[in-house]
Amino acid sequence: MAYLEVKNLSTGFQTESGLVTAIDGVTFNVEKGRTVGLVGESGSGKSVTSASLMRLLPQPAGKILSGEVVIDGIDITKMPAKDMLKIRGRKIAMIFQEPMTALNPVHSIGKQLMETYLVHYPQMKKKEAFEKSLEMLTKVGIPAPEKRIHEYPHQLSGGMRQRVVIAIALSCEPDVLIADEPTTALDVTIQAQILELMKELQEKNGMSIIFITHDLGVVAEMCDDVVVMYAGRVVERATCTALFAKPRHPYTYALLDSIPRLDNKRKSKLHTIEGMVPSLAEMPNGCRFGPRSTFEHKEEAYKTRPHLKEIADGHFVEWCECCQKGLKAKLEAQGETYEVTV
Amino acid sequence: MTDTANTLLEVKDLKMHFPIYGGILKRQVGQVHAVDGVSLDVKEGETLGLVGESGCGKSTLGRAILRLYNPTAGKIIFEGNDITHMSPSELRPLRKDLQVIFQDPYDCLNSRHTVGKIVEEPLLIHGVGNAKSRKEKVMALLEKVGLQASAYDRYPHEFSGGQRQRVGIARAIALEPKLIICDEPVSALDVSIQSQVMNLMMDLQKEMGLAYIFIAHDLAVVRHISDRVAVMYLGRVVEFTDADSIYEHPLHPYTKALISAIPEPDPTIKKERIMLKGDVPSPINPPSGCTFHTRCPFVTDKCKTEVPQLKRYEIKDGRDHYASCHYAGELDK
Repeated sequence: MAYLEVKNLSTGFQTESGLVTAIDGVTFNVEKGRTVGLVGESGSGKSVTSASLMRLLPQPAGKILSGEVVIDGIDITKMPAKDMLKIRGRKIAMIFQEPMTALNPVHSIGKQLMETYLVHYPQMKKKEAFEKSLEMLTKVGIPAPEKRIHEYPHQLSGGMRQRVVIAIALSCEPDVLIADEPTTALDVTIQAQILELMKELQEKNGMSIIFITHDLGVVAEMCDDVVVMYAGRVVERATCTALFAKPRHPYTYALLDSIPRLDNKRKSKLHTIEGMVPSLAEMPNGCRFGPRSTFEHKEEAYKTRPHLKEIADGHFVEWCECCQKGLKAKLEAQGETYEVTV
Repeated sequence: MTDTANTLLEVKDLKMHFPIYGGILKRQVGQVHAVDGVSLDVKEGETLGLVGESGCGKSTLGRAILRLYNPTAGKIIFEGNDITHMSPSELRPLRKDLQVIFQDPYDCLNSRHTVGKIVEEPLLIHGVGNAKSRKEKVMALLEKVGLQASAYDRYPHEFSGGQRQRVGIARAIALEPKLIICDEPVSALDVSIQSQVMNLMMDLQKEMGLAYIFIAHDLAVVRHISDRVAVMYLGRVVEFTDADSIYEHPLHPYTKALISAIPEPDPTIKKERIMLKGDVPSPINPPSGCTFHTRCPFVTDKCKTEVPQLKRYEIKDGRDHYASCHYAGELDK
């Protein structure tokens, strides 16, 4: 059984114009020691998914409407807020995109690290917490940690700050780490360092990682499994190799097709996805990618919700007949194979 | 791009230093060497890519060329005119030919003006036509960048990031400039929108014969859109050549490291990485000798003392390839 199971999770926000559903029936599993990538454009519901997993939705507007999040056999969606304090940090922890806003500017980084220990282990002595903090800083590769521990966030560079945030997240040895765009704000060379660090730490602790990103290059590098989200729904879910080799939802296909690659012909026209994600208030119940797919869609396709179909072992696709017919025709016109029966 | 194309912009040994004031008396205690001796040229109708990590001075260079700063030293020659020390009023007629697109489409559009007003403003300032002809022109521009005519009366907050960037582009091309400085124009956008905007920029370039200076940190994006690429590190150009050569035969170890750090969107490729240690040093006190020596995996004693000059190397069929490394071309073993 998977360590973390997200089952049919829907989360909504109460707004002036009524309840809007931000994520709608999201299902995926995270196995122990594996890295799951959560991919999609802005507005696809990646961050709402992670906030739901942490039970950190903005209050009072955000609410889990239905579904379950089972961590280590316990459903946390119905847990009282007080009990979540025991789950967060030890079972599931998070690192955020912008390390400057995640850290408190008026406290030294040592104090912020020690805080985690003192909250989670009330019997721990301050001295011990300090030593443990120092050890964590060493672990995440901060040079001269005994000096850095007394410094404040603004004295550190972006890459260093992200290391501190990782150190805080890992201080209670969580089983699952949610990384919400941890390298988006960093330069490529620093990104490479941080990704390497995360892989190393994962190997040592055997933790699972949920890696949220819109950079497909980073996904290919880091992840074992990938969940592609579009407009609040999971449209495709597979192992990383299967997804990149055989994307079978037209959105995934188009996404992979639109990245400029180093072996493209220069100045050639890039493939695009025309239009944009429909707004939350006017989401159709049926196929949501239809209007942008360039494939012909029948009226009914927008009415009934497409089901998830397992097209190969562990490879799930949100099955819209019209989308698949279009993709089949497109692939075959390019001389590629399309093996699923429509 | 053919070699016969006319040079549009020439930057010679440009330096842009910012003073730092400190102490009780607020005396100058040092300076930030943001741009430290950069020489470049841009030909008509070509795209020059400018890459480097944050803090390498690429945006400062762009802004200095636009004369949003007063350069400390060096020369900027635009269409044969030395604009380095021109006054704002002398610059105004030249601004028609020299435009800019900024990174953040959320910040660079006045939220209290309608899109029509925003795009019309440059025409108004330069006294183009009358109210009626300007409105027609704005409508035509909006259509050209792929926005609907109804956008004219709407406000920036009603648009998505990609559409706002299109408004920014419409404003930049309103005066039919010759050179547009694009400061990270697609960095804030999603991949699918990014490719739409890049296609638009390439189309406009072909149609209007625009030259771009394309500043970005994403090397795959820069390679795709550029004819030539300059790699910057700590305020200096460390490598400068055509876009294909820089990716196929990078000479400078910094360029090599940058290229190797790009995550490839293909899980079957396992790239060999040149891992750079640490961060970019502070531009207040740049390292001695080669400024890259603190992070270079191939560093020798010579690098710590001697400053390497940007030299020409002959790599492939007579293409110009400049790099500033004592050991350029000898590092492949």
